[in-house]
Amino acid sequence: MSTAPVELERPETEGHVQPDLPWVTIVWNDPVNLMSYVTYVFQTVFGYPRSKAHSLMLDVHHKGRAVVSSGSREEMERDVSILHEYGLWATLQQDK
Amino acid sequence: MTRGFQAVGGGVAIDLDPDDAEILRAMAGLVLELVDPPPEKDEFERIVGIGTSTEKPDDPVLARLFPDAYSGDEADSSADFRRYTEDGLRLHKRENARSLMEALPASGGGRVELDLGTAHAWMKSLNDVRLALGTRLGIDEETQEAYQRGEAAVPEADATAMHLYDWLGVLQESLVQALFDAQRHSG
Repeated sequence: MSTAPVELERPETEGHVQPDLPWVTIVWNDPVNLMSYVTYVFQTVFGYPRSKAHSLMLDVHHKGRAVVSSGSREEMERDVSILHEYGLWATLQQDK
Repeated sequence: MTRGFQAVGGGVAIDLDPDDAEILRAMAGLVLELVDPPPEKDEFERIVGIGTSTEKPDDPVLARLFPDAYSGDEADSSADFRRYTEDGLRLHKRENARSLMEALPASGGGRVELDLGTAHAWMKSLNDVRLALGTRLGIDEETQEAYQRGEAAVPEADATAMHLYDWLGVLQESLVQALFDAQRHSG
């Protein structure tokens, strides 16, 4: 991390500016979906490695919800739509 | 149930007793009834693929199968999303239930082999059945665990449904594990 004084104009940081991706897909805990099934769905739908899919599933189970993907609103609508096909309780919202 | 699903070359397989096959046929029929679209659908809407449904269903089972897409109080966004996607979701669920039904032995029991695509359709449809039953029974994690320990006080009227729900969970679990195995073999 740079210790240089803050400049008002920093055009060189353009590549580091957060892109306009303020939407997230959330999966909520529900008592019916099997833990193994939820892990399998995260792997299949998002291509996550088993370990990541498993830890997201545990977050859903223990914390009641987990952010499973982020991107544009359209992308999150697509993710939610696919998760509904699998019967997961998924919603999207702006990541405030 | 015999031994549940096993991974086989290119997919999964299960040996079904006649009774198991009959239960699965009935369950797939239940999903088909649940997801049948409202009959008043307009021909134009059908052609352009936009539905009229904008509100979350009143029936808790349908509300669980067709949930709102937006968190919190974004009711308008959820309504729009539903208008454009709910019919597609119904169709998807219907096709999965049909796949399940069609892959069952024509009569009696027998061995069923599923390619990966059909196995996914079965997995989703079994999940739909469990969501429907679980919602109807008001299942929560404590009830489920107590039931498996043989300690749950299940009302007599719900005993059969609860048993069925539990059985479907074991069946779905074996399918998921077989799919993990199939993935390992192919990957």
